[in-house]
Parts: sequence; structure tokens; C-alpha cells
Amino acid sequence: MSLPLPLPTIDPDTQPFWDGARRGALLIQRCRDCGRPQFFPRPRCVRCGGSIAWIEASGEGRVYSYTVVHRAPHESLVPLVPYVVALVDLAEGVRMMSRVRAADSGVVQIGAAVRVAFERVSDEVTLPLFEVVGP
Amino acid sequence: MTEYTLRGQVAIVGVAESALGKTPDRTVLSLQQEAALGALDDAGLALSDVDGLFVSGYQYAERPAVLTAEYLGIQPRYLESTNLGGSGFVAAVERAGAAIAAGLCETVLICYGSTQYSSRTRALGGRPPEWSYQFEVPHGPALPLSAYALAATRHMYLYGTTSEQLAEVAVAARQWAMRNPKALRRAPLTVDEVLASPLISSPLRGLDCCLVTDGGGAVVVTSAERARTLRRQPVYLLGSGIATTHEAITNMPELTETPARASGALAFARAGVRPHEVDVVEVYDSFTITVVLTLEDLGFCRTGEGGAFVSGGRIAPDGDFPLNTSGGGLSYTHPGMFGIFLLIEAVRQLRSDCGERQVANARTALCHGTGGQLSTAATVILGREA
Ligand SMILES: [Zn+2]
Repeated sequence: MSLPLPLPTIDPDTQPFWDGARRGALLIQRCRDCGRPQFFPRPRCVRCGGSIAWIEASGEGRVYSYTVVHRAPHESLVPLVPYVVALVDLAEGVRMMSRVRAADSGVVQIGAAVRVAFERVSDEVTLPLFEVVGP
Repeated sequence: MTEYTLRGQVAIVGVAESALGKTPDRTVLSLQQEAALGALDDAGLALSDVDGLFVSGYQYAERPAVLTAEYLGIQPRYLESTNLGGSGFVAAVERAGAAIAAGLCETVLICYGSTQYSSRTRALGGRPPEWSYQFEVPHGPALPLSAYALAATRHMYLYGTTSEQLAEVAVAARQWAMRNPKALRRAPLTVDEVLASPLISSPLRGLDCCLVTDGGGAVVVTSAERARTLRRQPVYLLGSGIATTHEAITNMPELTETPARASGALAFARAGVRPHEVDVVEVYDSFTITVVLTLEDLGFCRTGEGGAFVSGGRIAPDGDFPLNTSGGGLSYTHPGMFGIFLLIEAVRQLRSDCGERQVANARTALCHGTGGQLSTAATVILGREA
């Protein structure tokens, strides 16, 4: 990649997620009190206010929706167009946005099974992406 | 539910746009001043009558209402700069009404200006990769467009909505714009032309997207009592509602269930009006899919039937559902936050000021703004009678 991607502005709430991604782990949160899974990261449960634990997600999920981006919003993404941006529902019950790596964007459909893959984009940041693994 | 006390208590008494389109020689503030003076003149009022000022906008000021007050040369006792995005100015009518009803001020000027075309500030992807957006922006969505595209894909999957049906929204908007001398896009447009425009973020194409223009607008709100002493037919606030479900699209619970459900239900209940009693509807058309989702969630048609509802010319000038009669953000103008223009057009329709595009016997209108990534919604119902 010739130009740097727009990198996340990591904050104290989200540092553990990005630390996890750098070592190949997809981290989400779960409430210690009510068990509710949570993403994006916050120090307290949005349902009951309880304290949270970080857990490693399976990395398995399904496509909830997707769009094929033809006009890149950032110069560094121009070489990738057209590329797929999806909302992925993880098996653990949280949703994430991710680029889906696919040689042919036509294989990305709502309901398709996807699995996390990691792409290092800088010393600080590894992005969790997804790949299609089944219909 | 707590009691709503604004019904019939306040009215819009003046509206105006500034110059629209390309205004490279103008500032955000001079566009606001032009619109403000136009709206006050329309009402038969002067700047000295304004004791409440509502201004919001992007990036040009930390305290937009304060900066605009200074520029206009006024010292209002009530100032408001809440920014809800595209629903903002519709929501401002509710808050202006509340401030007036509470005796905090009597005459509110709501104004907006933007030079987003000339200053090229409206870039796709123009969201900083921070807070919840840090989990979206690095993946390359063209925001806000891709957020609406994700909703469109989902709606198509669940309900069989088609690109042709979305294109009908753009075509109808153009047909209304051809009857509006102030509209910026007035050449005939066909469904095939929309479908031939380039994909930007599938399934949305270039002509599914609102315009990018400069421009400003202003609306004057005052007490119903004072409104009846002024020169124009008052347009009364009958009901209103505001709602939010998320900020970033990843956190929207269901992409086909927008906050319009909640804001619309509040507005209809508070007004004591039902959807079939509304004569003219002005909804934010940031993208064609926005209109389909909004009409469903306001209850004008059933969930999943929005695509069929907007088809066959129903929302076009000779159809039976007058929608976005100015030509909307798709063909009239779109300086970034279209909400103020929804209000301006609804007021003009209710006063029978609309010439060739006038909806016959328009007595009740609905305006609905959508902001962010389907994040915020505001609905007002307006009428000729209090
Ligand atoms: Zn909990």
C-alpha cells in the first residue's frame, strides 16, 4: 500500500482492542454481571452498568449487509476499488464494520459466512478484516 | 406520556433562501444574513424584533449562534447551536417553540448558511477516524453515503426493493424541480439515466445522491398570538418529535428501522393528525433510499412497501402523494443541512405561494429531517389552522 490508510485514533477505551488485533486476537467485551456482549468498547455495560471483561471472539460471523465502494474516500484506498465494506454479525452477538477481502466482490452476499483475518497497516495498527468462508 | 403543550401555540411567520448554487464570492455568514433579512422581510419584522437566535452548521465556528448574532448586529437573549445534522432545523422548530412557550423569548430566527460547494469541504469519507468511527473509517466506507448504501442493500435483500424503484425518487424530484424556478437541476431526467450513472457505493449511484451546493435559508418563529398580527398567513406548529438510535451506522440496531419511527409517532400523536390527513410531505432526500425508509417509518406505507409506494408516478407532480415539491436535495439545492429548506417549502405550500408546483388545498404539511448516518430524526406537522 503506497499511502497510509486513515488510521484509528486509539483512545483509552479502545487500546486493548487494538493491542489484541496487533497480536492476531479479535477482542470484544462481555458484562461480568449480566453477560451481555458489547462492541464498541466501553468500560461499563450499556445494559446494566456492570463492569466488563475482554474476551477473544471466535472470529466467525455472517454478513449482515454490505456495499461495494467504487469511489474511494481516501487516496490510499484508490488501488483497492472496487472493494467490499460489510457489517458483520459475529457469532458472539456483536456487529462490526469491516472490509471483506474477496477476489470477486460477487461472492459477498448477505448471510455469507466470514472469518476474521488480520492485516498489518502500520507499527501501531493491525486491522481485523474478514474473508468469505462459505455461503 | 407527559403532556405536549406546543400544539397551535407557535407559528412560522417568515421564510427565505439566500442565493443558492455556486457562490464563490460569499461567506457562510453573508448567506445567513441574506436569508435572515429575507425571512424577516417576509414576516414584516425587523432584526430588532429577534430575541432568540438558532444557528447550527459545520466547521466554521465553535459557537455558531454567537458568531452569527455578532455578524447580524443583534444581542438575543436566547441562543441555540445544537447540531443534529440533517434533522437539525426541523428539530429547531420544536425547541424554538418550547423557548417561546416558556417565555424565554418571543421571536426566534433560525438560520443556516454553507459554502460547502465553493470551499470543497464536503468530501466523501470526511469523518475523523475517532470514537466509534475509529472502527469504520479505516475500512474505507465513503461516509455518509456508504452507510445509506448498507441500508439500501439490506432493504433490497429483505423486501425486494429495486434500483429502478430508488431511481423513481430521483426522477420525481426532478419533475418537481422543473416546476421550481429556484431549483438548480431542471433538465428532464429518466429512470434509465439514473441507472446509467456511475456506482459510487453499491447499490447507490451518482444520481441517487443529493446535490452539493452553496446556500442558506432562514425561518422566523413566534407566538401564535403575535403571528396573527403579522402580514402573512401563520403556519402553526401542530406536533413534533425528535429521535436518535445511534451515531455510526455499525451501531444502528436494524438498518431498515430508522429513528423516524419514533419521531414520527411522537409528532402524529402530539398533533392529533393521522398520515392520510397530511396534504404535502417534505422529507430529507440525502439519498433516494432515505426517502423510501422514511415514508415507511412515518407510516405512509407499510414496512417493505416503500419501493412500490414511490413508483408509478405516485410522488411525482401529477401523482396522489405530493412529496418534496421543491425538487428536494436531489434537484433543488443541498448546502449540507437541508432541513431548513424542508420548512421553507412546507410553509410556502401552506400559504399557496408555490405557483406551478402548488399542491391544491394544502392545509396540513409534514417535514421530516434525517441526520448523520440515519442517526437522528426530527418530524414536525404544520397547519394553516391552530
Ligand atoms: Zn450488564
